[in-house]
Amino acid sequence: MSDYAVLGKRLPRVDGPVKAAGTARFTDDLALPGMLHGKILRSPHAHARILNMDTSAAERLPGVRAVIVGTDFGDYRYGLKPDTRDEYPLARGKVRYLGEEVAAVAAVDEDTALAALALIRVDYEVLPSVTDPEAALREGAPRIHEDKPGNISVHMNTGFGDVDKAFQEADYIREDRFYSQSVLHGFLEPCAALAIWEAPNRITIWASKQSPYFLYRNLANCFNVPLSNVRLIQPYIGGGFGGKNGGYPVDFCAVMLSKKSGRPVKIVLTMEEILSSHRRRHPMIVRLKTGVKKDGTLLAHEAHIIADGGAGTGVGPSTIANAFYFMNLPYVVPNVRFEAFRVYTNRPISVAQRGNGIQQIRFAADVQLDMIAEDLGLDPIKIREINGAYTGYTTPSGMHVKSCGLQETITEAVKAAEWETHYRPWREKKDQPLGRIAKGVGIACNSFESGARLTGHNCCTAVIKVHEDGTISLLTGSTDAGQGSETALAMIAAEILGTRLEDVFVPQTDSAVTPVDPGSFGSRVSSTAGNAVLIAAQDAKKQLLQVAAQLLKADPGEIAFRDRKVFVKSAPERSLRFRDLARQTVAWGSGTTVIGQGSWGQSIPPLNFDTGEGDAGGAYSFGTQAAWVEIDTRTGKVSVPRMVVAHDLGFALNPLAVEGQHEGSIAGGVGHTIYEHCVEEDGQTMTPSLTAYGLPTVYDLPAEMVSLSIETIDPVGAFGAKESGEGTQVSTIPAIVNAIHNAIGVWITDLPVTSEKVLKALRDKKAQDAAKVEGRS
Amino acid sequence: MSDQIIHLKVNGTLHTVTVVPQRMLLEVLREQLGLTGTKRACRVGDCGACTVIIDGKAVLSCLTLAVEVQGKEIVTIEALGDGDCPDPIQQSFVDCGAVQCGFCTPGMILSAKALLDEKPHPERADVQRAIAGNLCRCTGYAKIVEAIELTAAKKANA
Repeated sequence: MSDYAVLGKRLPRVDGPVKAAGTARFTDDLALPGMLHGKILRSPHAHARILNMDTSAAERLPGVRAVIVGTDFGDYRYGLKPDTRDEYPLARGKVRYLGEEVAAVAAVDEDTALAALALIRVDYEVLPSVTDPEAALREGAPRIHEDKPGNISVHMNTGFGDVDKAFQEADYIREDRFYSQSVLHGFLEPCAALAIWEAPNRITIWASKQSPYFLYRNLANCFNVPLSNVRLIQPYIGGGFGGKNGGYPVDFCAVMLSKKSGRPVKIVLTMEEILSSHRRRHPMIVRLKTGVKKDGTLLAHEAHIIADGGAGTGVGPSTIANAFYFMNLPYVVPNVRFEAFRVYTNRPISVAQRGNGIQQIRFAADVQLDMIAEDLGLDPIKIREINGAYTGYTTPSGMHVKSCGLQETITEAVKAAEWETHYRPWREKKDQPLGRIAKGVGIACNSFESGARLTGHNCCTAVIKVHEDGTISLLTGSTDAGQGSETALAMIAAEILGTRLEDVFVPQTDSAVTPVDPGSFGSRVSSTAGNAVLIAAQDAKKQLLQVAAQLLKADPGEIAFRDRKVFVKSAPERSLRFRDLARQTVAWGSGTTVIGQGSWGQSIPPLNFDTGEGDAGGAYSFGTQAAWVEIDTRTGKVSVPRMVVAHDLGFALNPLAVEGQHEGSIAGGVGHTIYEHCVEEDGQTMTPSLTAYGLPTVYDLPAEMVSLSIETIDPVGAFGAKESGEGTQVSTIPAIVNAIHNAIGVWITDLPVTSEKVLKALRDKKAQDAAKVEGRS
Repeated sequence: MSDQIIHLKVNGTLHTVTVVPQRMLLEVLREQLGLTGTKRACRVGDCGACTVIIDGKAVLSCLTLAVEVQGKEIVTIEALGDGDCPDPIQQSFVDCGAVQCGFCTPGMILSAKALLDEKPHPERADVQRAIAGNLCRCTGYAKIVEAIELTAAKKANA
């Protein structure tokens, strides 16, 4: 057992009380004197040329203070990399998806702004559109971006080992097609921004961003102002899950409207706008070919992926790279070949979402593994055990596994799922008729990068200020979008400095004050910013020790900090209160203000988006999930009464927060598997409400969620910690789909698992079984 | 339509406000009375983030016309507990980890309060029914249900 005073304890999150009191301010809760309200006009067409725009009537409407269109932003485009900058703050020349931002208005109130939108006249020439990624790839398909022939946004073609030889040597080969649908991030707080432009060149903006420093750079470039003049202040964030990373039109428009009107401008999107035109997870078609030995040992994977990117690239290169990386883990696959096309379509733009690009490939690979086990008469647990990665393993592509508790997670998940009692071996009971309610259990494994390595700015930085009353300010640019990282970082500082959690205050990100940070994605914060905080706290402690050594007349190495006390280890009675030390520090001798600083980044080469060679992150988490399902064989309805997460997270910095992450991952994963779907017709989203879309309610999610943490003490992460909030959603889908097969003997390879699909599969199976019986007789 | 002067009793205080007749209670609370603890999310009654308590019942303020609730007792999250001493439900939400991003939290807590005020010893099914109209993306609801049940259990033991 570790001897930590703060870490590893089930501590309530530091921002819990203000959120429960309703006093935590989110962007829409802010208002400024003279503030205007902004609204955005969106395209009614999936693909059209803008022939003419007339905003004069809108400008004349009393109460309207500014109207902006695409040309107000000049030629500014934004994107992840220089060659993928294909998004505009407002459409230029043509619109590429239904709901794309075309113009924006600022007025004295929302009603007036809405009335003004109705007065903007846009003449469109409707163009042929393409909303199916396979059709978009075909010759003669409508071209969505003039400079991108073939509608290819990202193409990755890579491989390691000798795949052809492996397939020759394989005893068994399977090839299957899987489809993962369009799903939303599902955050409840709509995107919002409140901006002030101060002439000649200063921007202050409050915006709901999980990674605010993307927008800070975007705004400096877009408005041609120095970075020091972009002040981005981060209010509380009502969930992000990947859908609030970068700058979006709402942010650019708020600033431009303020610049034009000379007044503060707030824009809050409606949920309908979010549901019908905001960013989404990539829908993917995954064709996967896998070769194994008779005993189930994996020899090769070959994947062909078509990812529907929508009308822009966003962070798409990272999504595609992630799909490749996590074809290589959590199992040992000696030979891999991968080709993916991320395709432009006339749809809302696909971006990262909790597990960025990995759910889709792991759904395919882990369901197919069960198919193979079934075909070869192997046990689904055994086939995972024999193929699992291990500490010290390096993938053929060069991913280094420095800690791995996969086997323990399998063992623990199997135990918690009461596998022996509930597993129904189909190959033994095939001929028995199904009852009204069919039950089954399924399993799947996962791995995820703990702290994504980036190609650009990679390190996280923390600054620790020790106040003279012994309290601490922890400045970090890493944001807490709800996941609890602020609490985890404060706990690390409190542990090192020997104070209590309540003594550490983490102000929210403010680009004028907090250090620049890549952002909250790729499971970076606890693992990467955590190390920066560790170093900063040690730096502050070193400064404090110099004074303490003189006051306690002891060698600095002999002095310990714990529970607000500073004392000599060998003689604990020689002690002083931490607050007294803090006060003495500013007064002692000439006095010094204690400010600790630390930076940390994964010291591995940058991501290679072309070949996928090398590491995806500083470390890798591993895990196993097990699902119980119950299927009503008359209606086809699937429910998941119990879900088990066993996760190798290195070290649980705060077990209460970890459980919350595991349970939230299950919620998102169950939603993706069974309930959620952006139903679209010709580019129009037909599910523009949360109810129609299918965001799960309390009735839809497992009544029992078991969260088990396996601690492997990773050598890289702070205090051995690895990620625990994204990998945990990766294997939810295949665990449920495998459980469905276990219950009713059919494979669902097309998500979501609707009642209709289940009933159809049961009908098809019945017909096949009948044909077989007939064939035999 | 022309403006109307209405009187709303919110958290025990009578307020006089001028509204257009079609104005929803949610907007009046947030924009005219400065009570931003009531959250604005879907605006169409899907998510429950705007839940307030009116005459003891949990109600969606985004679907309630302000002019309709004159003379009724309106309770918002701001009325629960005070700075130093949170309401037991608020405390349970914090202690159980039922709060993550916190955006659904005020509405969720008010749905829970309406339930516990009416039925201090609810069954699991009662708790689920009470929050079935409050969506949460972060928690998977397990810790929210736990927090509500813990509050009830603490009251029973008090």
